[in-house]
Amino acid sequence: MLKFTDEHEWLKIEDGVATVGITSHAADQLGDLVFVELPEAGATFTKGESAATVESVKAASDVYCPLDGEIVEMNPAIVDDPSLVNSDPQGAGWFFKLKLSDPSAANALLDEAAYKELIA
Amino acid sequence: MDDHTPLKQTPLHDLHLSLGARMVPFAGYEMPVQYPAGVMKEHLFTRACAGLFDVSHMGQITIRPKSGPIEDAALALERIVPVDVLGLAEGRQRYGLFTNQTGGILDDLMIANRGDHLFLVVNASCKEADFAHLKAHLGESCDVEMLEDRALIALQGPHAECVLAELWADVATMRFMDVAEAALHDVPCIISRSGYTGEDGFEISIPASHAADVTRRILEHPDVMPIGLGARDSLRLEAGLCLYGNDIDTGTTPVEAALEWALQKVRRTGGARAGGFPGSDRILADFATGAARRRVGLKPEGRAPVRGGVSLFADPDGNTPVGTVTSGGFGPSVDGPVAMGYVDQAHTAVGTKLYAEVRGKYLPVAVSALPFITPTYKR
Repeated sequence: MLKFTDEHEWLKIEDGVATVGITSHAADQLGDLVFVELPEAGATFTKGESAATVESVKAASDVYCPLDGEIVEMNPAIVDDPSLVNSDPQGAGWFFKLKLSDPSAANALLDEAAYKELIA
Repeated sequence: MDDHTPLKQTPLHDLHLSLGARMVPFAGYEMPVQYPAGVMKEHLFTRACAGLFDVSHMGQITIRPKSGPIEDAALALERIVPVDVLGLAEGRQRYGLFTNQTGGILDDLMIANRGDHLFLVVNASCKEADFAHLKAHLGESCDVEMLEDRALIALQGPHAECVLAELWADVATMRFMDVAEAALHDVPCIISRSGYTGEDGFEISIPASHAADVTRRILEHPDVMPIGLGARDSLRLEAGLCLYGNDIDTGTTPVEAALEWALQKVRRTGGARAGGFPGSDRILADFATGAARRRVGLKPEGRAPVRGGVSLFADPDGNTPVGTVTSGGFGPSVDGPVAMGYVDQAHTAVGTKLYAEVRGKYLPVAVSALPFITPTYKR
């Protein structure tokens, strides 16, 4: 299941675990990323809390946790090479995996068509 | 300026749109922050080849003595600018400051001697105030005019000279801070060998009616790429150059800002025309005793950018505040974060380790010499 937030994150949900990243649109708007700070495995967040930080040449931006849950894995590749988020935001540039407290809450997020309408 | 004031456009506005620029509000103008190549590539291309910047939002002002020689205008300007204007030879330019009564900086600017008049370039955000300030102090003896009908572009980088030489062969005879008049594609332009990137390069004042045409033709050169405000900021930061409003303002004196070099000896204590400018008591006292704080370069040890507004501490627990970052970001040529800020005098030695508070953590930064890159000015 692929879902989106109006804060420009995507979630790919399998067996109650969401792989989370930022959308191509967000990566494009941010410009060249030079620094990524990720949460540690085991950290818990509620929906809307800042879970990660990205910095472009110009500015820092928060990446919000899209749903309540616990971080079970993060992607060290984007810490080593933040430009991966620009080159492949919805693939190799994923941020973290979140074990959802309530997987059914994902139903309320945007589907791909609704997200495309949002950024149109 | 409130949010409802309509943004002004430069004579190159349509050209920016045709190049795919992302436009943002800046100092009352709609300006290109980046083009499709992006900040990183634009920055690195400028240092490798040549970048072209629209800086038409900046103020271009002429000062002509109402009667008598240009020396009268130079001496009049020296009453509000603490630099040696009288000693500026024809065809030469120098950096200057407008100071206030408490020794603070109202704006920084470039001053050129154009033979029968002085030609000033001032910051966009200050230009109306600067113009009023000039009229108030020089209006009796000089005609002060804001040139509304000229664009200003900068061509910066190691290939800037050879690009411009294809349009005007004599450009090679200019050295850093020379100013000359030349026709580019038959359009009379005022060219200075200067800029805001740390690279060799030129700033070119062009009549607005021909600006888009001349600029488009320079951009046709394969060694030239358009550069937005994003890379302009990272380039000047690596070059250790102040951004007015961030690194210098009415609350910073020239000595605190490490701009002593801008005040020639003739205007300092013991000089033939010492003082006689607003705030001279404070500024000359700063020269004598040193200022309590000073602008320094800051090199974060990690990869995280440390940006303007961040607090600096002497200890890793944040107990002893010693200063504030005024500009900071990522330096693409340095390939790491770079910053500058003000720190208490006791902590200004190069190599001093300080701690910057970023998102609740205290990140180590080292006081560093400025600039972060080696400038390539053709002196």
